[in-house]
Amino acid sequence: MPNRLSQEVLRLAQIDTRGMSCPHPILMTKQALEVNSTEIAVLVDSKTAKSNVERYLNLSGYTVNTIELDGETNTFEISAKKK
Amino acid sequence: MDSKKGIIFTGAVIGILAVILVRFGNPVNMGICIACFIRDTTGALGLHRAEVVQYIRPEIIGIVLGAFLISFAKKEFDVRGGSSPFIRFMLGFVVMIGALMFLGCPLRMVLRLGGGDLNALFGLAGFTAGIIVGIIFLKNGFSLKRTYKLSKLEGYLFPLFNVGLFILLLTAPAFIFFSTKGPGAGHAPVWIALAAGLIVGALVQRTRLCMVGGIRDAILFKDTYLILGFISIIVFASLGNLYFGFYKLSFAGQSVAHADGLWNFLGMALAGWGSVLLGGCPLRQLILAAEGNVDSVITVLGMSAGAAFAHNFSLAASAQGPSPNGKIAVFIGFALLLLIAYFNQERDAKSTVPGGVKIGTN
Repeated sequence: MPNRLSQEVLRLAQIDTRGMSCPHPILMTKQALEVNSTEIAVLVDSKTAKSNVERYLNLSGYTVNTIELDGETNTFEISAKKK
Repeated sequence: MDSKKGIIFTGAVIGILAVILVRFGNPVNMGICIACFIRDTTGALGLHRAEVVQYIRPEIIGIVLGAFLISFAKKEFDVRGGSSPFIRFMLGFVVMIGALMFLGCPLRMVLRLGGGDLNALFGLAGFTAGIIVGIIFLKNGFSLKRTYKLSKLEGYLFPLFNVGLFILLLTAPAFIFFSTKGPGAGHAPVWIALAAGLIVGALVQRTRLCMVGGIRDAILFKDTYLILGFISIIVFASLGNLYFGFYKLSFAGQSVAHADGLWNFLGMALAGWGSVLLGGCPLRQLILAAEGNVDSVITVLGMSAGAAFAHNFSLAASAQGPSPNGKIAVFIGFALLLLIAYFNQERDAKSTVPGGVKIGTN
């Protein structure tokens, strides 16, 4: 149920990294996880940031689920839950 | 290509192509050097008059066009800009000053290690130290702010500019300067150099290979993805150099290098710190510039201006060692980085929530 998870996470914390250059998307994710380590949603707007944040969350032990919000601008919402 | 195999393969291709380019005429351990080649191109356009380092390097043009074409095909060409443009220009300038003190960008540092040039160990130590200093500021909220969408034309201009450079290279009009001696005179045939650049540009665009990112991510996130590419270049350049007989393990007598350990360290520390603040090494900046990141175009122009100043004011080191003016320039560079790094920390963001990020439901 990817959409339900996404909505749930949205209510909790959404980190908006759109327009931020490397390594800020991962850094912002890392810092947000220090506040709430159970679940998170991260907005990214480049495929580089998408794969970087996904890789970081995977390495940190999270189940990752990514939804494409806008293919034109490469905007994705990555939601993750602690395994 | 977002896999460990992909980045190791990319490093292997770069390491081997760099040696092949030397085999075909590029200076030793300078198969590819972003800083040196931007400097040579800047000189060819007459923006500096150091006669030994003037040539329009097709490798740069190839890297830009290779990255542009593949990013376009993969729908990753995305035109953006507006993230602290003048600061990025100055950072590009400073990174070039540091690179020309060491005599090479981070990529050439890696290639020099692969050729047995032990002076590059001082460079690597300095580079790592510079990255660590940069990371401290990143952790304290350093940021150059967000980018914004811009018109497509803005993004097409840089690849187009490189096509123009290639035409100038082929037609060689009288107002373009080409070295007849020195490193600028050493170059592989145009089409081989262009082809190598195209391959490197495409592979680096896909894998996001970055010299500064490798060490940064390993320290900051315990993520070894990018550093694998870095190590792969060293391993395969070493093998290639051994195969072709270019390998020479020493401090003294290295090609386009000096043996002043302190200034090799400081030069690369400056380049490493500046590159962390920029978010990527000169190679990565070139790739980003090709995929529509206008901030990186500004950074590349800053590097070019830095190269012009470095040779117009005798700041660049030579095989004999650093110049007195160059030592002063490196210290001014450190002061400038400190200023930029300190005043771009987002303190207000830190007070919003612990951890330095804004949490909201926008």
